Amino acid sequence: MTAPSEAAWRVEDVAFSYGRQPVLRGIDLQLAPGRCYGVLGPNGSGKTTLLDLLCGLLPPAQGAIRFRGRDLGRYSGRDRARLLAMVPQDFVIRFGFTVREVVAMGRHPHLHRFASLGEADHRLVDGVMAELGIAGLGNRPVTRLSGGEKQRVAVARALVQQPRALLLDEATSNLDIYHSLAILAVIRNRVRRQGLTVVAAIHDLNLAASFCDELIFLKQGRIVCQGPTDRVLEAALIDDVYGVSSRVRQDDFSGCRQVSFRLEMQENNTLNNEEH
Amino acid sequence: MAGRPGSSAVIGLLLLALLGAGVVVAATMGFMKVPAGQVLQIIFDALRGRGSGPDPVVVAVVMDVRLPRILAAVLVGGGLAVCGAVFQAILLNPLADPYTLGISSGAAFGASLVIVLQVFGLVLPSLFAVPLFAFFGAVATLFVVLALASGDRRLSSTSLILSGVIVAAILSAAIGFLKFLADEQVGIIIFWLMGSLSGASWPNFWVLGPVTMLGTAIAFHYSRDLNIMATGERTAVTLGVDTVRLRRILLVTASLVTAVCVSVAGIIGFVGLIVPHLLRALVGPDNRWLVPLSFLGGGLLLLSADTLTRAVLPAEVPIGVLTALIGGPFFCVIFKRRQRDDGAI
Repeated sequence: MTAPSEAAWRVEDVAFSYGRQPVLRGIDLQLAPGRCYGVLGPNGSGKTTLLDLLCGLLPPAQGAIRFRGRDLGRYSGRDRARLLAMVPQDFVIRFGFTVREVVAMGRHPHLHRFASLGEADHRLVDGVMAELGIAGLGNRPVTRLSGGEKQRVAVARALVQQPRALLLDEATSNLDIYHSLAILAVIRNRVRRQGLTVVAAIHDLNLAASFCDELIFLKQGRIVCQGPTDRVLEAALIDDVYGVSSRVRQDDFSGCRQVSFRLEMQENNTLNNEEH
Repeated sequence: MAGRPGSSAVIGLLLLALLGAGVVVAATMGFMKVPAGQVLQIIFDALRGRGSGPDPVVVAVVMDVRLPRILAAVLVGGGLAVCGAVFQAILLNPLADPYTLGISSGAAFGASLVIVLQVFGLVLPSLFAVPLFAFFGAVATLFVVLALASGDRRLSSTSLILSGVIVAAILSAAIGFLKFLADEQVGIIIFWLMGSLSGASWPNFWVLGPVTMLGTAIAFHYSRDLNIMATGERTAVTLGVDTVRLRRILLVTASLVTAVCVSVAGIIGFVGLIVPHLLRALVGPDNRWLVPLSFLGGGLLLLSADTLTRAVLPAEVPIGVLTALIGGPFFCVIFKRRQRDDGAI
C-alpha cells in the first residue's frame, strides 16, 4: 500500500443518498497516482455518483474524501478544476461555439478573469487537438460534429485543463470501437508518460480489462471487490455482480484478461430487476 | 463562421459610430426639423454648461423633449438586449428574453401597483417607487417561472418558455384587474402594457443610465463564465465556475435592469431576443463580445424603432406594438429552426 501522502484519493467510509434513497454506502478507497482505475457495476449501482463525489461535484453525506492529502470540500472551485477534470457521457454545448473555442475553455481555471489565452496556452490547445485528430476541425461549430468528433472535443477540453486526475463517465459508451480505442489510447498515453490518474466508469468489461490497471466493482451502492485487473476479473465475480455466467481467460492478442458471454435462451429468462 | 476578434472589433466600432450618428440624426427629426449642425452645437454647449443658440424654443425641443427620449431609447434597448444575452446564456436557451420569460410583465405589474396604491391614497415618490416595485415584480415572476419549469431537470426551452407565457397571461389578467381599480389613472397602466418612450424625462435618464451601465458591466465581468455555462451545469462546475453564485448574481442583475427599463418604457418585447441572435450570427457566441455589442445593437434597434414611430409614421404607434410586430415573426422563425436542428443553435 502507498503511504497516505502519495495517494491521489483517499476515500473513507463515504455514504451518499438522494433524498431517502441511499446510493452509496461504506465506500473505502485508496487510489494511487499514475494508475488507471475502472469502475464497473450494473446500471444504478452508483458509478456516476461515485465519480461525482471524487470530482467534488457532490459533497459526501458521510465520511471524508481527500485528494492529494486535502479534503475535497476545502479546495476552491478554481483550484479543484486545475487538479480534476471530467469527461461526461454526452458532451453538450449550446450556441455554436467552435471546436477550438470549446477546447480552449479547458484553460478557464488557469486564466485570470480578463486574461486571454497566451502563447503557451495556444500551443497547448493546438498540441492536444492534433493528438486527438481534431486539428482540422478548429473552426467548425461543435453543434455540427458527429458523436465521435464531439466526444474527442470533450476529451481535448479536459486534457487542456492539465489535470492531475481525469474522471471518465462512460466517456466512450456511445462511440464505435474505432473511436473508443483512439480516445482511450491517448488517455492511456498520459497515464504512462505523465502520471495522470484516471478513474473511468465503463460498461464494456473487455474494454475495461484492456484499459484499466485496477477494477472497482460496485453492486447496490457497495464495493464488492477492488484490485488489479488480472487478479480480480473472474467469472464468479461477474456472476455475483451482474448475475451473468461467463468465461474469463487470458487473451494473447490483447495481452490481458477477456470475458466471453453466451446468449442463453431459457424459459425463465425474464429480466430480474434487482439491480435497482 | 464569422466571429473572430478582429471582425468583432470592427462590428463594435461600426455599431458605436452608427449609434452616435443615430442619436444626432434622431434629434434632427420630428415635427420641427433642426439641422444636424445646430443639434451638435446645442449638445456641445449643454455639455459645457452654457446656454446656447439663437432660438430658445429650438434648444428646448432638442434638450428637453427629444434628447431624454432618444437617450432613454438607447439605454432601454441596450439594457433589454444585454438582459436577453444574459438570460439566454444562463438558462441555455436561445428563446429566453425578459419578455418571453414573463419578467417584463412582472415588472409592469409591480409598476402598476404603485399607481393603484396612489388611487387608494398611498402616494409614494414615483421616480424611485416605480422602479423598485417593478424590481420586486420582476424577481418574484422570475422565481415563479423557474419554479414552474424546474420539474424538468434540464430546463428545456419549451417548458421554460411555456412557464413564462403562463405566468405572463396570469399577470396580464392581474394588470387588467388593476386597470379596473385604477379608475382615472388607467391611461398610465395602458401605457405600461403597450410600451412607449413618450414619457421619458431627464430624471428617468438618471435612473436608467447608471443601472443599465452597471448591469452591462456586471454581465461583462462574468462573460467568460457565461461562455463556460454553455457546456452545461456539471461541466461548468468541473471547470471551476461557481454556477449557483453566477446564476444568482446575474439573474438578479438582469431582473433589475429589466425592471428599470420597464418602469420607464413599459413592456417592450423581443428586443432582448432579436439582438443577441443577430449578433451571434455576426460575431459568434463569445459573450465577451456578445454582451457589449448587444448593448450597442439593442440601443441602435430601439432608437431606430422609436424614431420611426415618433417622427416618420403619420401617427405614433406604441413602440411595444411595433417591436412585437417585428419580433413575433422572428421568434417563430427561431422556434421553427430550433425544432429542425434539435436545439442546436
